[in-house]
Amino acid sequence: MTALIPLFVVVPLGAAFVVVILAHVRGLKALTPLLAVAAVAFNFVAALVMLGGDPGRLSLLVGEWGLNGTPLGIEMVCDGLTRLMLVTINLIALASIAFARSYMRRFTSVWMFEALFLLMTGAMNGVVLAGDLFNMYVFIEVAAIASYALVGFGCETEELEAAFKYLVLGTVGSALILLGVTVLYSLTGHLNMARVAERLPVVGATGPAALLAAVFLLAGLALKAAMVPFHAWLPDAHPSAPAPISAMLSGVLIKAAGVYALARIVFNVLGPNPQFAMILIALGALSMVVGVFLAVGQWDFKRLLAYHSISQMGYVVLALGVAAEWAPTDRAIAALCLFGGLFHLFNHAAFKGLLFLSSGSIEQQAGTRQLKDMGGLTRTMPLTSFCCRIGALSIAGVPPFNGFFSKLIIIIALVLAGHPVLAGLAVLVALMTLLSFVKVQRYALEGEPAGGAKAAREAPAPMLAAMLALAAVCVVSGLAMVLLRDQLFGPASDALLAGAKGAKQLVVGAMP
Amino acid sequence: MGIAIYVLTFALLLIGIYAVVAKKNVIKIIIGVLIIEYAVNMLLVLVGYRPAAQSGDAGTPPVIGPGISAEEVARASVDPLPQAMVLTSIVIGLGLTALMVAMGLRLYEKYGTFDMDQIRRLRG
Repeated sequence: MTALIPLFVVVPLGAAFVVVILAHVRGLKALTPLLAVAAVAFNFVAALVMLGGDPGRLSLLVGEWGLNGTPLGIEMVCDGLTRLMLVTINLIALASIAFARSYMRRFTSVWMFEALFLLMTGAMNGVVLAGDLFNMYVFIEVAAIASYALVGFGCETEELEAAFKYLVLGTVGSALILLGVTVLYSLTGHLNMARVAERLPVVGATGPAALLAAVFLLAGLALKAAMVPFHAWLPDAHPSAPAPISAMLSGVLIKAAGVYALARIVFNVLGPNPQFAMILIALGALSMVVGVFLAVGQWDFKRLLAYHSISQMGYVVLALGVAAEWAPTDRAIAALCLFGGLFHLFNHAAFKGLLFLSSGSIEQQAGTRQLKDMGGLTRTMPLTSFCCRIGALSIAGVPPFNGFFSKLIIIIALVLAGHPVLAGLAVLVALMTLLSFVKVQRYALEGEPAGGAKAAREAPAPMLAAMLALAAVCVVSGLAMVLLRDQLFGPASDALLAGAKGAKQLVVGAMP
Repeated sequence: MGIAIYVLTFALLLIGIYAVVAKKNVIKIIIGVLIIEYAVNMLLVLVGYRPAAQSGDAGTPPVIGPGISAEEVARASVDPLPQAMVLTSIVIGLGLTALMVAMGLRLYEKYGTFDMDQIRRLRG
C-alpha cells in the first residue's frame, strides 16, 4: 500500500512529460488525450484502492539516507484526510479531463492543455501527500504555476488580464507561505510537520515568533483559498479559464492548495487554539456572506458560479474554525463540525465541478455565458439541463441532495457549539444561494428558447458522461451519508483531531 | 549584524509589497514581485547562518573533506538545509519570472500599453 503513495505524484508528472514528447512525434499526437485520461483514471483507481486498504497513517520516507541507524528522509504521509482529498481531487480531475476531450476541440495545441492539466493534478496530489512544510510549499507552487498558465490558455485579452492578476496575487501568497515556513524552521529546526508540532510547545507555541509564522501562513493560504479580504482574483480568474479548468480550479485547487493546507497547518502543526479559531471563523463567516451577496447580482453564469465558490468555501472554513475552537475542550462537537466541513468540501467539489462543466457545455452550444441571452435550454439540451438542475439544487441545499445534508450538519454543529448568530447567518446565506439559483433556472433553463439557445444541440457523449457521473455523485453522496461518514469523513476528521499527537505515531526516530 | 539584517530583509519585503500594490506599470509590478521573492530568499539564507559555539571560525562551508570531520562541520558550519531550500526557491522564481514576463508581453500585444489602469476590462 505504501508503494502506491509516490505514484500519485510520479504518474501524472511523468505523463505530462510524455505528452509533450508524443505531441512532437509525427503520427503519435492523437495518443496524447488517451494518455492523459489513462493517467488520471489510474490515479482515481489508486485513490479508491488506498481508501479500501489499511485505514491507518501510512508514511513513506523518500530518500532514506539514514545516519547511524536513524531513518531520515522526506516524508510523504497518507492519513484519513489525505485519502479524502485524493478521492476528491482525482474524481473531479477524471470528470474534467473526460469532458475536455470534446470541449477542447475548438482550441489549438490541446497537448499543452493536457500537459499542464496533468502537472496541476500531480502537484495537487503532492500537496495533500506532503509530510513536510517545504514540500507542501513546492507542490502548492507547482500547481499554482500550471493554473496561471491554464487560466490564460485562450490568450484573449480578458483571459490574459485575469491570468496576470491571479499570477501576481498568487505569487505574493506563495511568498508569504514560504516566509511562514522559514520562520517556523528557524524556530524549531525542523520542516517535518509532525516534528514541528512536537517541538513547538517546547519553544513556545504562542510566542511572538510562532505567531509571526502563523500570520504569514494564514495570510498566504487564505489568499490561495480566496477567503474574503483576499478574494479579488477569484471571480476574474475562474470564469476566464476553459470550462474543465474552471471546474478544477473551483472544484479542487482552492481546496487542496488553500483550505486543506489551512486545516493541516492549524490543526496538525500549530495546534488548534482560540486565536487561530477566531481568525478562521471571521474569514469563513465574512466569505460566506460577502460571496453570496456579490453572487446574487451577477448575470454572467460562470462569474456567478465563481462568487458562489467563495461563499461555499466560507462554510467550510467557518466549520473548521469552530472545530479548532472546540478541539481542545469538547472533541464531540469538534468532530461534528469537522464532519460537516469536510462533507461540504467534498460536496462542493462535486456540485461546483458539475455546474462549471454544464456551464461550459451551455457556452459551447449556445455561444453565450450571459443568463439574459439564454432560455428554454430544457427543450434544446435536455440532459445538460437535467445535470445543471441537479447541481443547482445541490448547491442551493434542497433536501434529497448532498448540499442539504452538509449545510444542515454545519448549522446544527454551529448551534451546538454556541454560535446561534453564525448559524442564523448560515441559514440566510443558504436562502440567498437558493434565490440566486432560482434565477439561473428561470433565465437559462425555462421559458422560450431565445438568442443563441435556439440553435443549441445536446452536448457530445463524453461531456454528457462526465456531467452525468458527477450528478450521480451529488445524489448518491447525499443518500449514502452515514456510510461515507464511517468510511471517508470520520477518519479524515480523526486525522485532524489527532493534532500534534500524530507526531508520536511516527516511525522516524529522534533527530540527533 | 544580528537583528539589523532581519530588519533590512523585512524592509525589502515591504518595498516589494509596496511596488505590487501601488505601482501601475506591469513591468514595475513584476519587479515588485521579484523583490518580494529575493527578500524571502535572503531570509532563508540568513536563517541558515550559525555563529560558532566557541571562538573560532564561524560560518564555514558545510563540506566534509580531508581534515574536516563531521563533528567539525556540525559545530562550525552553516546549516546546509536552508541553502537547498533557497536553490529550489530560486528555480521556482525563475519559472515564475519567465511566465510573468511572457504574460506581460502578451498583455502589451493585446492592449498596446503597460499601464494597469487601462488594462481593466474585468471588474474584479
